[in-house]
Amino acid sequence: MSRKNTVIRLHDLQKTYTMGRNEVHALRGIDLTITAGEMVAIMGASGSGKSTLMNIIGCLDRPTSGTYELDGQRVDGLDRNQLADIRNRHIGFVFQGFNLLARTSAQENVELPLLYDRRNSKADPAAAAREALERVGLGDRRDHLTNELSGGQQQRVAIARALVTTPSLLLADEPTGNLDTKTSMEVMALFEELNDRGLTVAMVTHENDIAACARRIIELRDGLIVRDEPVLNRRIASRDLALTGAA
Amino acid sequence: MKPAKLLRVAIRSIARTKMRSMLTMLGIIIGVGAVICMVAIGQGARSRIEQSILDLGVNMVVITPGTSSSGGVSRGAGSLNRLQVDDAEKLADESMLLSAISPVVMTGGRIRAGGGNWRAPFYGVDVAYEEIRDWPVADGQWFGQADVRSARKVCLLGSTVANELFPDQDPVGQQIIVRDVPFDVIGVLETKGQTAGGEDQDDCVIAPYTTVQKRLAGRQFIAQILGSAWSSDDVTAAMEEAAAIMRESHGLADWEENDFTVRNQSDLADAATGTTEVMTVLLAAIAGISLLVGGIGIMNIMLVSVTERTREIGIRMAVGARPGDVLVQFLVESVVLSILGGVIGVGVGYGGSWLVAYLTGWPTAIDAVAVGIALGFSAAVGIFFGFWPARKAAGLDPITALRYE
Ligand SMILES: Nc1ncnc2c1ncn2[C@@H]1O[C@H](COP(=O)(O)OP(=O)(O)OP(=O)(O)O)[C@@H](O)[C@H]1O
Ligand SMILES: [Mg+2]
Repeated sequence: MSRKNTVIRLHDLQKTYTMGRNEVHALRGIDLTITAGEMVAIMGASGSGKSTLMNIIGCLDRPTSGTYELDGQRVDGLDRNQLADIRNRHIGFVFQGFNLLARTSAQENVELPLLYDRRNSKADPAAAAREALERVGLGDRRDHLTNELSGGQQQRVAIARALVTTPSLLLADEPTGNLDTKTSMEVMALFEELNDRGLTVAMVTHENDIAACARRIIELRDGLIVRDEPVLNRRIASRDLALTGAA
Repeated sequence: MKPAKLLRVAIRSIARTKMRSMLTMLGIIIGVGAVICMVAIGQGARSRIEQSILDLGVNMVVITPGTSSSGGVSRGAGSLNRLQVDDAEKLADESMLLSAISPVVMTGGRIRAGGGNWRAPFYGVDVAYEEIRDWPVADGQWFGQADVRSARKVCLLGSTVANELFPDQDPVGQQIIVRDVPFDVIGVLETKGQTAGGEDQDDCVIAPYTTVQKRLAGRQFIAQILGSAWSSDDVTAAMEEAAAIMRESHGLADWEENDFTVRNQSDLADAATGTTEVMTVLLAAIAGISLLVGGIGIMNIMLVSVTERTREIGIRMAVGARPGDVLVQFLVESVVLSILGGVIGVGVGYGGSWLVAYLTGWPTAIDAVAVGIALGFSAAVGIFFGFWPARKAAGLDPITALRYE
């Protein structure tokens, strides 16, 4: 695969938290390459460093050492403003806790990233947000406030927000952690559809059912990658959903 | 972010917590309202004093015995310090710039009429007094030159005296008795109202100075000489001319100080308004302090707000807000809050000073400069006290902010 199609390239990435005299080595040297169009599940025991890795990939945090290339551009060592712009342009991030603005409509939440879009890439932010909401199946819930939506709907608003800037990479840290099985499958079906259209997806999950929807599974243990293999018998979320819906 | 967008974001988050925003602004509202109210009351008092002094006549020149260099108080040491009718006559003869001159002899006493009696000041003046004080009669007529020359026992009553002594009848044609001297009432003066000092100008009786000197005062000396310049532009020149004539009349040598004082109404107005100016400044200072306290209130709430909205800040940063964006957002928010508070405060100030005017009858004058300063100050308060909380917000780390519970 050519260099051009590499979305993420990590080399000997380390992250050490210093708490007083204690040093926590959350990541001890990660080498990882993710190419365009992949759908990767990151698994591992609690405390193995999944969120830490995800936050660094999402440019929310900076590595202690090692290199990180995103879309062919070095991003370790960028300053806070540059990281903010990268988050805005290249990355859509979906959190376990949704992280929507409270007492704010779905529409406004989805428009939020465009507010900070310095290139003004969307001529009509409101229309772009409407489109993103329609894509996640919430076209009719646009004016609902955050607290008027179910957990699954909130997560879909969060996904719409991640998509509105047309990023090259969708990151999700336990996107189904707060959802029941059926709603989780709905979210996975959405990821699947986005991935089928070419969006690169990386997600953290505890659950094998969810990880089985990915094309590739990476497992972390104590800050190192201990398993990295393709999913042979991939689960198709949309099909399962149709079956359970019929049952 | 574009300014319009910034403003919209700020207004939305202010509107999202209406009650709290209102309470936050309360300090500024009260501060600005107080500044405007206080200054309005101060200015009102000032203009009232000025007005009532100028009501006496802007062209009026007052000559009193004694030198003003000794603290403005008449020393009254020896006859050379006194004013005499001769002085007034000399002024009337020689002055080119004064259109009218009148000596004023002051006395007072119990005035009897019919069954009642009343105590009031008694002024002996010349015919020109009517012109100088611009004080015509409401009823009857002023006494004339002939009355002065032959010292006729005629008098004019101030409206207060007229009402006290003759509540149910026309005073004109009646007789009053002052220290056993009977005077015929030939007129009632128009009502003038109170002086700046709260003195009732209508509580007096006016008679020819010749009569008062001969029958009541029994003295040569007069309390003051009033003159009136042809126009307000001439007042200063007229005062200089009057002083020169007076020096000659008193036979003062070059090296001798004036033993009299020449003043005009604006001198008196300045002296009186000086005190109200100090009061205005004091009131404004107190109001300014409340504005400062209002600003600290804003800072307090903004700090709380930053802590409370840590998650929101984290979310904004996660989707691409730069630290500068967050700083500006919070700064704009506190400035909008304080300016909004300032605008409401101006309204409250207007309402408050109207209420004061309505309830107490004091005149109030809204000062455009005070409104401008109060508004500008509240914007400055917003920037100054909003900066620290805003910087605190901008300094947050996205991950830490997102994790904040
Ligand atoms: N801000 C921090 N300061 C200090 N130590 C931290 C910090 N964040 C994470 N750690 C430590 O780094 C290690 C990895 O944490 P991380 O959150 O990445 O785990 P995780 O794999 O996401 O776990 P979980 O499945 O429970 O979410 C843990 O030992 C954790 O205690
Ligand atoms: Mg985690």
